[in-house]
Amino acid sequence: MMHAETAPPGAAAPVFYQTDEEGHHSEGSTMLGFWLYLMSDCLIFATLFATYGVLGRSYAAGPTPKDLFDLSGIAVNTAMLLFSSITYGFAMLEMDRDRIKQTQIWLAVTGLFGVAFVFLEIREFVHLFHEGAPPWRSAFLSSFYTLVATHGLHVSVGILWLVILLVQLRKHGLIVENKRRLMCLSMFWHFLDLIWIGVFTVVYLMGVLE
Amino acid sequence: MSADAHHLSGHGQDTHDPHAHSEGGHGTVKGYVTGFVLSVILTVIPFWLVMGNVLDNSLVTTLVILALGGVQMVVHVVYFLHMSTKSEGGWTFMALIFTITLVAIMLSGSVWVMYHLNHNMMPMDAHDVMNNAR
Repeated sequence: MMHAETAPPGAAAPVFYQTDEEGHHSEGSTMLGFWLYLMSDCLIFATLFATYGVLGRSYAAGPTPKDLFDLSGIAVNTAMLLFSSITYGFAMLEMDRDRIKQTQIWLAVTGLFGVAFVFLEIREFVHLFHEGAPPWRSAFLSSFYTLVATHGLHVSVGILWLVILLVQLRKHGLIVENKRRLMCLSMFWHFLDLIWIGVFTVVYLMGVLE
Repeated sequence: MSADAHHLSGHGQDTHDPHAHSEGGHGTVKGYVTGFVLSVILTVIPFWLVMGNVLDNSLVTTLVILALGGVQMVVHVVYFLHMSTKSEGGWTFMALIFTITLVAIMLSGSVWVMYHLNHNMMPMDAHDVMNNAR
């Protein structure tokens, strides 16, 4: 390798050309970069989980998870996210087949499931406030709202991103750039579903169990 | 993997752009449905265990639902995020392993240290005072 690149004495200075086209290489590195972002996001959630793990039993004589959480509501929430995951998967498959109409429909369905999830979560928070369980009531509730709302905020941002991509699809169609963006959002969306598994297991199920 | 994927989902004709499908594949109908069914099963069981009070021992239930949650996370990573040891030349997998290591240290370390801190530093509450008085 090395001696092939060594210019003979007296030769003109070598000229370098960029042989890779922009579009080709960027897909792979974008995916890797986005994956690294997700891993750093994962660390954010890990710190919030650790905080909840430490403070989650400090009720300050206030309400406990058993008093507050309605597991059947959480099961519905979980179902919303799970459905949205598979519908996003279908959108990606239609994108592979270059069928823009179906892609848009499945993305819209995904968005609606996401909206339903966020709506149910906000309704739960409002209900908790009425029950006398605002974030400032106890360390348990502070860490609970921080963790769950951070996840909810991520989902909300995901929905916003989805709407923006639907506009992009409408304007430019299934071009390479839009496909790449859709793949990034796909990873983001499935990642949020993965975090939710941790939330419903550690916060809701284990909370009610104790 | 990619070639199989296209056969299974029955659309092998769009091979004009090999780069778009070369890495990370976007999965197949079969893959997504498998992941979905497994996820549903792995979600329903823990909810059933807790809501139905199936096991008397809450420690056993805790361990079981944590294990099921862990398995479901792996299912998501494999079937929805299409993660494998080979995607992006193995770099995503390396990043994942690194992150899991950090997360494990952070979670277990925090809980462990703070548990002992609470245990050793907690001011005595009424219950302890009574026990000490005896």
